[in-house]
Amino acid sequence: MANDHDGTPDSSIVGTTVEKHGNNPPHAGTAVVVSDRIQNPGFEPYRPRVSDLDPAVEKAQERRVSALFFVSIIGSIAAVVVYILFPIIPGDMESVRLNNLLLGISIALGLLAIGIGAVHWSKALMDGHDMVEQRHGTRGTDATRAKAVEVFTLGNKESGFGRRTLIRNTLIGALVVSPVPAIALFRDLAPAEDPVPLLKHTLWAEGVRLTRDPSGTPIKASDVTLGSAFHVIPEGLDESEHKLEEKAKAAVLVMRLKPEDLNVSAGREDWNYEGIIAYSKICTHVGCPVALYEKQTHHLLCPCHQSQFDITQEAAVIFGPAKRPLPQLPITVDAEGYLVAKSDFTEPVGPSFWERKL
Amino acid sequence: MTTTEERPAVAVQKSRGTRFTGWAANYIDERTSISGIVKEVGRKIFPDHWSFMLGEVALYSFIVILLSGTFLTFFFQATMVEVEYEGSYVPLKGIEMSAAMASTLDLSFDIRGGLLMRQVHHWAALLFVASIGLHMLRIYFTGAYRKPREINWLIGFVLFVLAMAEGFTGYSLPDDLLSGNGLRIIDGMVKGIPVIGTWISYLLFGGEFPGVDIVGRLYVLHILILPAILVAAIGVHMLLLIINKHTQFAGPGRTNDNVVGVPIMPVFAAKAGGFFFIIFGVIMLIASLFQINPVWTYGPYDPSPVSAGTQPDWYIGFADGALRLVPPGWETEFLGATFSWNIIVPLLILPVFLGLVAFYPFIEAWITGDKREHHIADRPRNAPTRTAIGAAGVTFYAMLWAAASSDLIATHFRLSIEGVIHGCQVLLIVGPIIAYFMTKRICIGLQKKDREIALHGFESGRIVRLPGGEYIEVHEQLDEYQRWKLVSYEDYVPLMIRPDANGRISINQRMRAAASGWFFEDRIAPVTSKEIESSHHEH
Repeated sequence: MANDHDGTPDSSIVGTTVEKHGNNPPHAGTAVVVSDRIQNPGFEPYRPRVSDLDPAVEKAQERRVSALFFVSIIGSIAAVVVYILFPIIPGDMESVRLNNLLLGISIALGLLAIGIGAVHWSKALMDGHDMVEQRHGTRGTDATRAKAVEVFTLGNKESGFGRRTLIRNTLIGALVVSPVPAIALFRDLAPAEDPVPLLKHTLWAEGVRLTRDPSGTPIKASDVTLGSAFHVIPEGLDESEHKLEEKAKAAVLVMRLKPEDLNVSAGREDWNYEGIIAYSKICTHVGCPVALYEKQTHHLLCPCHQSQFDITQEAAVIFGPAKRPLPQLPITVDAEGYLVAKSDFTEPVGPSFWERKL
Repeated sequence: MTTTEERPAVAVQKSRGTRFTGWAANYIDERTSISGIVKEVGRKIFPDHWSFMLGEVALYSFIVILLSGTFLTFFFQATMVEVEYEGSYVPLKGIEMSAAMASTLDLSFDIRGGLLMRQVHHWAALLFVASIGLHMLRIYFTGAYRKPREINWLIGFVLFVLAMAEGFTGYSLPDDLLSGNGLRIIDGMVKGIPVIGTWISYLLFGGEFPGVDIVGRLYVLHILILPAILVAAIGVHMLLLIINKHTQFAGPGRTNDNVVGVPIMPVFAAKAGGFFFIIFGVIMLIASLFQINPVWTYGPYDPSPVSAGTQPDWYIGFADGALRLVPPGWETEFLGATFSWNIIVPLLILPVFLGLVAFYPFIEAWITGDKREHHIADRPRNAPTRTAIGAAGVTFYAMLWAAASSDLIATHFRLSIEGVIHGCQVLLIVGPIIAYFMTKRICIGLQKKDREIALHGFESGRIVRLPGGEYIEVHEQLDEYQRWKLVSYEDYVPLMIRPDANGRISINQRMRAAASGWFFEDRIAPVTSKEIESSHHEH
C-alpha cells in the first residue's frame, strides 16, 4: 500500500492533526496534495440578531415564546375536555370521526406549541455565537493502547489461555455447540407431520358439490349462464376443522364459455360440463387469489403481480411472472343437476414449491 | 466531598429552588458520579445544517412509535382465535373474524382516541422508514460514511432493515384482508426457496398457511424482539455519533480538526427537544386529519377474495416490484425438483442490492486507499462518480418501487398493464445507466461553474461601456468566505500501477487501478492560490 501513489498526507486538507499520535501518520491513498492550496480564511465575523441589539425586540420575543408555551397548556387541557365532551356513540361513525379529529388537533396543538416555542427560544434568544470544539483522533493514544495490550497480555498469562490449548479449544467447541439445543427447540413451531402431502391435496373429491363462496349454497349447472363467473368453495368447507387453510387451497373460479371457444387438450375432454369450467383461484406465482375475470377476453388477472391466464387455453400464462397454468378442477353434474367435482385437482395448487413434482 | 462543608455558608443567600437543585444534584452525583458525564457531554458542539435533521426526524418518529405502540398493546389482542364481531361498526357486525381483527376494530371504533393512536402509530412508522432512507441518502451523497464512521453506517443500515421488518410485521397484525394477502405473498416467496422453502413456511406459519399462529408470532417479533434490537442499535448509533462527533460542511473557520456549531447545553438541547415536539405534533396532526390503513373497509382475512390495486406500504414496494418485473416463464424442473427462478432471482437481487449499499464505504475506501479520518462532508458535486453511482442506485430502487404500483399507474394514466411492466423492465436496466452519466456530467458541470466563479467572480448584471465603445459585464469577486466554500474540497487522482517489491503487479492492484481510473479519471481540481492570483492580474 505504501508505494501506491506519490503523495503524502496533507495537513492542510485533512487528517493529521486529529491523528497526530502514532509513529505512522495514516496514508492518504490517491488524494492529491496541493502545495499552494487556498488557505482557510477563518471565521466570519458574527452578525448580531435584532434581538441582540434591541432590548424591546428581545422582550417581545420572550413574550412570544412564553405565549406559545401557554398555548400548549391550553391545547393539552382541551384534549381532555374533548375526550369527555365528544364521546363515541356506538354505531355513529360521525362521532368516531369527530373524536379522532378534535382529540388529535388539540393534542397536536399542545405538542407543536412546545416545539415551536423551544426552537424559537433557541434561535431568537439563546446565545447565537458559533462555538468551536477541537476534534481528537478516534484511536486511543499510544499509551492507552499499550495499557490495553498489557491487560490482554496479563489476562492471557494469568489464565494460560494461549498456553493451555486443550482447554481453549474445548471451550471454543463447547461454546459453538451450546446454541444447538435452542435451534432444536424450535422444531415444534410446526406439527410433526410432513407438509408436502398436505400441499398436494385439497377438500375436492369425487362427488363434492361446488358451492357459492361464502354462502355455501350449491350451484346448478343451469345457473351458470354464458359469460358469468362464480367464486366457489367445496361443500362442507364451513364444517372443516381448518377452514381457512382448506379454503386457501380449494378456492375455485367457475365460468361458462361457449364449448367451441375452449381449446381442450387430450385427457381433459370430460373435465368441463357443456362449457362450464372450474379453475383453481390460487395463483401459481405466490398464491394470491386470481380474482379478476375479464369477460370479453376470457382472461384471468391476478391483482397482486399481474399474471394473466387465458381461460380458452386451459388457463395458460399469457403475461406476468407466473409460470404454470392454473390447475383445472374436473367437474360434472350430479343426478339433481348440481355441479360436482369428478376428483381432486390432479396437481398441487398454488405457488410452486421444491417438492411439487417429487 | 469537601463541598459539603462549604455549602451552609453559601446557601444562606440562595433561593429555595436553587438550594433544592443543588441538593438534588449533589445527592445524585454522590451516588452516580454523573457530573463527569455532564462535564464531558454537556457542552459538546453540534454543527448546524438542515440536512442533519433527517436523522433526528427518524429518531423522534421512533419515540412516537414507541409511545403510540405501547398504548395500542393495552387493547390489541394478538390471537387468531375466531370470534364473532359485536362492536359498533355496523357493516361487519356478526361476521366471523380473528380476535386480532376484532380488537383492531374495537380500538378504532369503541376506544376514544384509539383510532387516533392507531393512525399516529402507522403514520409515524411510514415517516420513520422514510426519514431513515433520506438520512442514508444524505450520509451517502456527502461521503459522511468515510473513516471513522464506516461502522456507524453499517449500524444505520441494520436499523433501516429492522425498520422495514418492524413495518411489515406491524402491518400484518390486524389480520385484515390486505395484510393477509401480503402474508400470502410472503408464504409463496418462502415456498419458492429451494430445498428448505416448504419447511420454512410450515414452521413460520405453524402448519399450513394461514394457520392460527402467525399473528401471535409476528406480534412477539414486532413488540419484543425487533424493538429490543432496534433500541440497542440506536443506542450504539448515538454513542458512536458522540465518539466520532458530527461531520460538518466546509465553511470559513471549519477544518477537519474542529467542530463548529452550537453546544448541547443549552442551544442544541432546546432546538432538538423542541424539534421532537414538532415532529410529534406534526404526526399527531396528520393522524387526526388523514386516514391510514382503514382495515374495516378491507374486512377480515379470507384466502379467496382480493381487491384490485393491492399494494403494500411504500417501503415494501421495491420488493413487491421486483416480483412483478420478472419476465414470464422463469421456473424450471430438474430431477423432479422445482426451481422457481421467478422467486429466487428477486430474492437474490434484493440482498445483492442491499449488500452493495451496506458495503459501499469499504469499497470506496479500498479504491481511494485513503486511511485518514474525514470530518468534512463533501458537497455531492465534488465527488462526481460517487454521486453518479448513488443516482444510479436511487433510480434502480425507484424503478422497482414504481413497478409495485404498475396496475395503478396503468389505470391512472390509461396505459396497458403490459406496457407499464415492459417499460419498467427496460427502465430498471437502462434507467440507472442514464442516471449515472447524466449525474456525472451535471456534477462536473457544476464543479466547472464553481471553479469559474471562484476564479473570475460572478456576473453582477452591471453592463459597462468602455471608452473604446466595447460593452462588458462587470464580474464581482467573491469574498474569501464565500470562495472558501467553493474551493475547499478533496481531490483524488487515478491510481498508477506500480510493481511491488518482487517486481510483480498483483491482481488486487490491477483491479484497484481500474476502479480508481473509473472513479477519478474525470476530475476538476480545486482552485489553487496561484490560479486566484493570476486571475486577479488579468482583471
